[in-house]
Amino acid sequence: MSYSIFSLVRNAIDYHQNWQKAWRNPDPKREYDVIIIGGGGHGLGAAWYLARDHGITNVAVLEKGWLGGGNTARNTMTIRDNYIRSASVPFHRESMKLWRGLSRDLNYNVMLHERGMITFLQSGSGVSHARRMADTMSVFDSEYIMLPLDELRRRVPFFSDTARMPIIGAVYHRKIAMARHDAVAWGYARAADKRGVDIIQNCEVTGILREGNRVTGVDTSRGVIKAKKIGMAVAGHGSVVAEMAGIRLPLETWPLQALVSTPVKPVLNEIFVVDGFHNYFMQSDKGELVVGGVTDPYPSYAQRGSPQVTEHVIEGLVDVFPVFKRMKFMRQWAGMLDITYDNSPIISGTSLEGFYIDVAGSGGFKTTPVAAKMHADLIANDRPHPLIEEFGLNRFQTGRLLVEGGVDANR
Amino acid sequence: MLLIPCPWCGARNEDEFLNGGEADKRRPANPVQAGSEEWYRYLYTPANTKGWLRERWWHVRGCRRWFKVDRNTHTHEIKQVEEADQWR
Ligand SMILES: Cc1cc2nc3c(=O)[nH]c(=O)nc-3n(C[C@H](O)[C@H](O)[C@H](O)COP(=O)(O)OP(=O)(O)OC[C@H]3O[C@@H](n4cnc5c(N)ncnc54)[C@H](O)[C@@H]3O)c2cc1C
Ligand SMILES: [Zn+2]
Repeated sequence: MSYSIFSLVRNAIDYHQNWQKAWRNPDPKREYDVIIIGGGGHGLGAAWYLARDHGITNVAVLEKGWLGGGNTARNTMTIRDNYIRSASVPFHRESMKLWRGLSRDLNYNVMLHERGMITFLQSGSGVSHARRMADTMSVFDSEYIMLPLDELRRRVPFFSDTARMPIIGAVYHRKIAMARHDAVAWGYARAADKRGVDIIQNCEVTGILREGNRVTGVDTSRGVIKAKKIGMAVAGHGSVVAEMAGIRLPLETWPLQALVSTPVKPVLNEIFVVDGFHNYFMQSDKGELVVGGVTDPYPSYAQRGSPQVTEHVIEGLVDVFPVFKRMKFMRQWAGMLDITYDNSPIISGTSLEGFYIDVAGSGGFKTTPVAAKMHADLIANDRPHPLIEEFGLNRFQTGRLLVEGGVDANR
Repeated sequence: MLLIPCPWCGARNEDEFLNGGEADKRRPANPVQAGSEEWYRYLYTPANTKGWLRERWWHVRGCRRWFKVDRNTHTHEIKQVEEADQWR
């Protein structure tokens, strides 16, 4: 059933008793053309682009938990394209373009809305970095402007004059957007399922099967499933799954936390970054403050987050906005980032034939559409699309790293 | 929050320490002759283990000494593996 105003009316008439399930819940077949490991936005997206763009529909997505329950469910939904490298900016801009058409493409409202981002600058080096970024972005024709203090005061009347590190300026980036994280996973899942993709939940991949130097399938908690091509999109478990294929990846798994307050009346329009504290926050559509910041101080798979980091992140919030001092926070959580050594994603084939990887890297919600599309393209054609030529695994051997400085203060 | 067992100071709060990464990594024996493959393996292919991992930690806001512990990166259990005496 296609979602529209008519389906809404029709279903309202029978008191919403007859909505169909959004996707099936099939048992795994014994063999597929392609298996995607990981049912987050990246994996479900790859399956959908395989079906839509390449006509490959005999595809299974294997998810060890429930779909969209990983980092897709844990992230803070910021979508931005302010990067520094000449390979990164076009990649992230393509993602922005795909985001804008996504609700229509999927027939599913992903609730994309432009928010704009204001970064408070608190040091000379912060200002020069912002200028450099603004110059880079202007090359790519993006609206990224320095805000003088009086203009900042006009837009955000209630930030503090007495912050420990006084605010000396700001930078504004209009195009930055947010989308509803769950809807992205659900939208891709429903659209992929409609084209015949099997989404298999509660199915953990425990081994990668090979013959010589080719993959032949996977071992799972629900038995062996064969396929000649396998794509991996397991954010936070990249090393664990790649190890099953005998491959070590150039990344470490770091916790990143976020927290959410009780809902209050609307006060913040934009997404805010506090440069001196490396934290960021915004108000959700429901009115909650959503606060995030730096990664925890050591690698971990525990998904908890250290309290001194939570404290630091909150400190930055109340230092700049003392009005939030009495906010009550409801939830705190952590997810896992597979942080590569140059902070950029990896979308690449590997030394094992037929085994492809999409490593989201740090802050990969925003790249969901483009990474999934490029991953699918790579699996279908067995060669990287020009947009991702520089994102290959071999860059760590050749030394052509894509070191990104634009990723630490905000995700 | 970890309580990290420093061999000299005993169990102390994690924010007194810095994580020094995986222990017992071996630098290429002959750095001049080591090729890019060998350097790649040393620099860019951590075990990144989910489970027990031997690590180096630095008690930077304490006795300022380095030591090793075993930490389970999944459950955050932690075990002392070195005695202070070992280094005297
Ligand atoms: C607190 C926090 C805030 C963030 N904020 C932002 C932000 O504002 N903007 C942004 O762009 N990014 C942000 N990110 C990063 C972003 O969440 C991730 O990069 C992105 O969600 C990765 O998408 P994915 O689909 O690859 O991952 P996931 O949704 O994690 O999907 C991977 C799936 O693989 C499954 N899996 C793992 N191992 C196996 C196995 N062996 N077998 C089967 N399935 C397996 C997992 O269960 C999981 O569901 C944030 C992350 C965190 C933790
Ligand atoms: Zn000590």
